[in-house]
Amino acid sequence: MAETTSPQDAEQATNLPWWKSKPAKRFRRNPLALVGAFTVLAFLVIAFFAPQLSDPSRSCLRDLGVTAGTIDDINNPTKGVFWQAIFVPPESCYTMPRASFSPIPESPSADYRFGTTSSGYDIGYGLVWGARTAFNIGLIVVGLSLAMGLLIGGLAGFIGGWVDEVLMRFTDIVIAFPSLVLAIVIVTILGQTLTNVIVAIALVAWPNYARVIRAEVMKVKNLDYVESARALGSRGLRVFTKHMLPNTIAPLIVVASLDMGSVVLTASALSFLGLGPPMGYADWGQMVNFARNWILGPPGDPLAYWYTSVYPGMAILVFVLGWNLLGDAFRDAFDPRDS
Amino acid sequence: MFAYIVRRILFIPVVLIGVTLLIVGLMQLLSPAQRAAAFVSSDAQLKNLDLIIDQYGLDEPFHVQYGNWMQEALTGNLGFSSTSKEPVLTTIRKRLPASAELALVSLIPVIGLGIALGTAAALNRDRFIDQLTRVVAIVGWSLPNFVLGIWLLVIFYGGLGEVLREFAGGAFRLEPGRVSTEISIEIANGTFPIRTNFLLIDSLLAGRPDVFWDALRHLILPVITLAATSSAIIMRVMRSSLLETLSQDYVRTARAKGLTENVVNYKHARRNALIPVITLAGFTLIFLLNGVVITETVFNYPGLGRWFASAAVSLDYPAVMGFTVLTAMIVVVGNLLVDVLYAAVDPRIRYD
Repeated sequence: MAETTSPQDAEQATNLPWWKSKPAKRFRRNPLALVGAFTVLAFLVIAFFAPQLSDPSRSCLRDLGVTAGTIDDINNPTKGVFWQAIFVPPESCYTMPRASFSPIPESPSADYRFGTTSSGYDIGYGLVWGARTAFNIGLIVVGLSLAMGLLIGGLAGFIGGWVDEVLMRFTDIVIAFPSLVLAIVIVTILGQTLTNVIVAIALVAWPNYARVIRAEVMKVKNLDYVESARALGSRGLRVFTKHMLPNTIAPLIVVASLDMGSVVLTASALSFLGLGPPMGYADWGQMVNFARNWILGPPGDPLAYWYTSVYPGMAILVFVLGWNLLGDAFRDAFDPRDS
Repeated sequence: MFAYIVRRILFIPVVLIGVTLLIVGLMQLLSPAQRAAAFVSSDAQLKNLDLIIDQYGLDEPFHVQYGNWMQEALTGNLGFSSTSKEPVLTTIRKRLPASAELALVSLIPVIGLGIALGTAAALNRDRFIDQLTRVVAIVGWSLPNFVLGIWLLVIFYGGLGEVLREFAGGAFRLEPGRVSTEISIEIANGTFPIRTNFLLIDSLLAGRPDVFWDALRHLILPVITLAATSSAIIMRVMRSSLLETLSQDYVRTARAKGLTENVVNYKHARRNALIPVITLAGFTLIFLLNGVVITETVFNYPGLGRWFASAAVSLDYPAVMGFTVLTAMIVVVGNLLVDVLYAAVDPRIRYD
């Protein structure tokens, strides 16, 4: 696990703005960090402007209240519908429009630049809105597991004794169990919906957060500054939030950014197995699943359907790679051993 | 040490009770009729579920139900799987060897390649091979195994398929499945005797090198898929661990004594550098268990993982539960073995 900043680092950080701190400097000097940051930023832009970067389906336009005459309003930032499509898109916008109902994929054309999957779903649309789905799943799962980790790790570290023992043994068991298998069991029992996929992944992802938070709380628990805060009359929750939590931020940033990648990996694996959101939902894992029956092209052209597996597969790979590079870079930047 | 092992073994039932309590508890979220399927042991019984709900008291309080489930499980009845159309335990017995074969063969590249590349990277720090393995490691770590599996199939079964099919009369064909059609027919009509259901072993016992090669070549792509992530992790840990060991005083002393580079690197440094890698054995086990589900599904490999995945999709609760209990057992026993191994390798580790 990553170490927190040393006391000197922390001292400097209070005098300097954060972008001039040592970790920020180390981060900027690392080329892989910049590649990771740029990749994540690119996906963020794609996800944010998904309505403008894709041709929305008819049901999506209808739910946005757009008619044939006002269709250009979606691309016009002075109109309300531009922002409505970005911030509160109706559920139907997440469904990939269909070019046909044909089981045979169609190769990239002028209308569908990335081709269509079997069942006629538009791959380009799925790639763009799939970025949104990935961020939605990643951010909600990381938020949920952070909350669970704060509760369980915080209680274990702060109270200690048998509470710590019980909570941490439970954490050990969850960590020791294969996460994908556990997530599959939970989704099977709760039912196969996107919400349940998010709940299931959060239920297997929290232990890392709990461990980090507990470790940091234990570390500072008996340090002088926490003692003096107590002596000055701070108690319980205030000591925890004011004097202990800020210490956990650096390691949590590392865990969370590495987790964004692995959460999206697990979610897409579940969709790939057919346990994710409903058919047609813009989701990279499901698009790879569509490609499974079209691995072999017709005789003489064995690679005819390459686009069905290459585009969505690349999307997952680059997204996860970006977050992993970013997470590694954060870890190196916060690590005081290496200056 | 001995007392520690005994205590750990005595602890196994406690963990299993915990896991089964949790799963049976979760199952309470389902309706009694859905749960009744767990006690059905033949196709005919599926027709009168009400009788089974009554017989096993599926509308009774939780502790009674758990007792019932445990009693049945202890007598070897884990329910009837609607996916495989046979009792859960029969399916597990039939399919476990296939999955074990896949996982065990994957350990060869995971351990061999991971350690070899990690060592090479550390000994050539910041040179080309180091940079290359770092890139390979982080890409391998980010590439989902189902995407890798599909891409391998697209390239070797699709793109290069025709070339490989013509080459040496199809002896180098790479395709999904566990054996080719001709051999699966032989297995079905009993011409090829199945003894252990580890095909690599059975083929040798039967003196059939053609079956051995057939099974082996069907394992190539799934093994790459299954091993990629774990090798990448072992490679990274091996590299950083060896770098740390190489900078220690005793290594410098060994060099100062005039020992050759190879003796210092491989005898003095690498042996100690391997210790952190052994701690990864537990992680590797988890990766294999997760990976088997995905890999078998991608390659249509008839093992436990594919059965579990299709059971989950078709809401075959007894199968899901049976697989979960089995996974829990493998994890608990596996972790015990890892701890014992760790203490055996590193004399500084003492359990008490």
